[in-house]
Formats: sequence, C-alpha cells, structure tokens
Amino acid sequence: MNEPRMLPAFIGLLRRDLLLAYRARGEAINPLVFFVMVACLFPLATSAAPNLLRTLAPGVIWVTALLATLLSMDQLFRGDYEDGALEQLVLSPQPLALLALAKILAHWLVTGLPLTLTSPLLAMFLQLPDDAYPALLLTLLFGTPVLSAIGSIGAALTVSLRRGGILLSLLILPLYIPVLIFAASAVDAAGHGLPVTGQLLLLAALAVGALTLAPLATAAALRISLD
Amino acid sequence: MTSAAFAASHCLRAEGLESLRGEVMLFENLAFTLNAGQVLQVDGHNGAGKTTLLRTLAGLTLPEAGEVYWDGEPVRRNRAAFAEVLNYVGHQHGVKAGLTVLENLQVYRRLTGGSGDPAQALIRMGLERQLDNLGHTLSAGQRRRAALARLLLRPAPLWIIDEPYTALDVNGVALVDELVREQVRAGGMVVLTSHQRVELSDLPLVRLRLGA
Repeated sequence: MNEPRMLPAFIGLLRRDLLLAYRARGEAINPLVFFVMVACLFPLATSAAPNLLRTLAPGVIWVTALLATLLSMDQLFRGDYEDGALEQLVLSPQPLALLALAKILAHWLVTGLPLTLTSPLLAMFLQLPDDAYPALLLTLLFGTPVLSAIGSIGAALTVSLRRGGILLSLLILPLYIPVLIFAASAVDAAGHGLPVTGQLLLLAALAVGALTLAPLATAAALRISLD
Repeated sequence: MTSAAFAASHCLRAEGLESLRGEVMLFENLAFTLNAGQVLQVDGHNGAGKTTLLRTLAGLTLPEAGEVYWDGEPVRRNRAAFAEVLNYVGHQHGVKAGLTVLENLQVYRRLTGGSGDPAQALIRMGLERQLDNLGHTLSAGQRRRAALARLLLRPAPLWIIDEPYTALDVNGVALVDELVREQVRAGGMVVLTSHQRVELSDLPLVRLRLGA
C-alpha cells in the first residue's frame, strides 16, 4: 500500500491521544498520584527505619509502578470502543498494528514516562542508596514501555466486556513478572554496588521484543473484540 | 467534492451469508449483488440484524457462513485493499468528545489518507458555526452530521452507512439524500439502513428486507 501515508497516520493518532490526555489531564495524572501515594504508605505501614526501607525500596517502587500502569490500562481502548472511533481505526487502510503501536506509545508518554521521571522522589522517601538511582531510572525507562505494550494486549482483549478491569489485571499481571524480577533485582544489586549491565540489557531486549510483537497481538485482539 | 468517477466494473456481492446473535438466527442464505451506481437499502424491524449485516459487509464482523466479495475477491482476504475503497459510518458516531469537530475530521483524514478539506466538508454538512466546538457540546444531530462529513473527505466507490437519517432534521435528511445522489451519479455504491421512508426512489434502488 501507500507507505508514505503510514507515518502521517501514526503521528496523527499519537497526537490525537496526547491531545485527548492533555484536555483530560486531571484524569491522566491519576496513575502518577497513585504511584506517589502508595509508595508513601509503606513507611507509614511498616516503620521509618532507614535500613528496612532501603531493603524494601526497589521492590516497593517497582510493584507500585506496575500497579499504577495497570490502573490506567483499562482505559487504553475503552473510550475509542464506546464512541465508535475504534471501528474507524480498524477500517482505516493503515495496518492496525501500526495504529496500536501509536496508542501504546501515547500511553507510555502519558503514564510510563512520568512514572520514570518522578521515581527519584520516591527513591528519596524510601532511602534508596544513591548508587541505585541510575539503575532505577534505567530499569523504569526500559521496563515501563514493556508494561504498556503487554498491557495493550489485555486491554484489547477485554475492551468489549463491561467490567473488564479485574479480568485485565488477572490476564496481565503474570506477564509482568519477568520485568519485575529483572528490574527490581537490578536496582537492588546497584544499591549493593554490584554490576547491573546484564539485567539492563535483558530489560532492553524485553522492551524491543514487546514493542515489536505486542502491537500485532493487540491488533488481532481488537478485531476479535469488535466481532 | 465526490466528483471522482469510479470504475463501472465495481461490484459488491454477498453469497449465502448467515449471522447469529447468540443462539438466534438473524439471517441465513442471504445473497445479493450490488453494481456500480446502485443503492442497497436494508429494511427490517428492530433487531432484524440490519446493523449486523452492515458490519459484516464492512468486514468488522465475520459471518457464520458465506462470503462477501468485492470485484470478485473475498473481502476478508483483502482487508487492506477493501479499506481503500470503503467509507463506513457506523451506528456509533465515532466523534471524540474531547476533540473539536474540526480536529476530529483532521485526524480521520490522516488515518485514511483522504485529500478532502475537513473544514469544507463540515461547512457542507452545516456545521460552520461548530468547527471549534468540542465533540461533547454537540447535539445528537450535529454529531451525526460530523460523522457523515467523513464521507466527503475521501472519494470511495463504496459507502456503508448505518441509519444515516437518525437524529437529523429536515435539512439534514435532504443533505444526506443529496450526498447519496452525488455518490450514485459518480458511479459509486451506497449501502444504507433506514427506518424512515427513503426519498431516493428515482435512483437505482435494491431493497433487502430482513426478518420478513
């Protein structure tokens, strides 16, 4: 088909989603507020002892980031499904996987990137060692796109269900486990002064893999959901 | 705006179509042929399967049995090519509440690669004073007009329009009739459903009655 038209379609959809998120910014910021609030609960619920917090910090920050992403995932296709815009996307002459990638990228820019950028603040609350900051930022930078990409498959599969939220969590959480393991262990290792290149490369590979393959699965799931 | 004339050889054909809703048979063994310059009007009571049939023709829903052919090729095997020749306006309007009317059409044009002017299309549909209004401020009729404006962005030989007259006032109905006439005159086809009597009896009309 006409390849020169794919890029305008991709950018058009990306801009549309960012504009919609900007106009509903009160709503778009919710996962970020959730991220900060939940992480703040841990010192209150356990103890403010620096040693304990330092041990918990990598896991707490990563689990919280994962839940915050999950919270926003259900909305990825729901609006488009409800107002009929999804039918227009599916029937557009552009490859649906490309349009799914644009939606995933928009989701990451609105959710994953802000989480990554606020994470040093939480790291400070939770007494994360200074050495672990770069690892925390890098794992979130590589890991959150994977969360958005895998989550989009679940969102596409559950979009036609009225209450797909819980099912979406059950479908997607197990698939988030590899990211969680490598990311949290990398941050932990960095805090102890150990090398983390291996985990970071694995996360980067996961990101490349997820961003390449997830849009194809998402596109197929969207077609099933509309049938 | 739909001045491009389409090839007279285009043909939309359905063979042995069968669809279920849950366990209920909506239609079976449904067949028709629609040639260039013809209008297919799908009739039937509520729940007869009109929307399902249109979604099946557009390729959104797969039939239980049967096949839809465009120019002799099965549509489900040539999705991308079929998307190039199809303008579909569904039951849901697809107008984003958080975008202005003009932005809605601009995004649609980028998605489909159309060449029409979004502002001109909206003015034609009588929305010249709503161009910069957000989608959620529109009335149901205005939203339908905005959805129908998509038809003007890209010439396509096949239009599939679900309930084009819903919520439209007298002027809106006349406008839709005018668009359909132009499409037919350009050698295009139109598939539409409607509860209302359609004032298109002067056109080559194929009637299909569901659930009779």
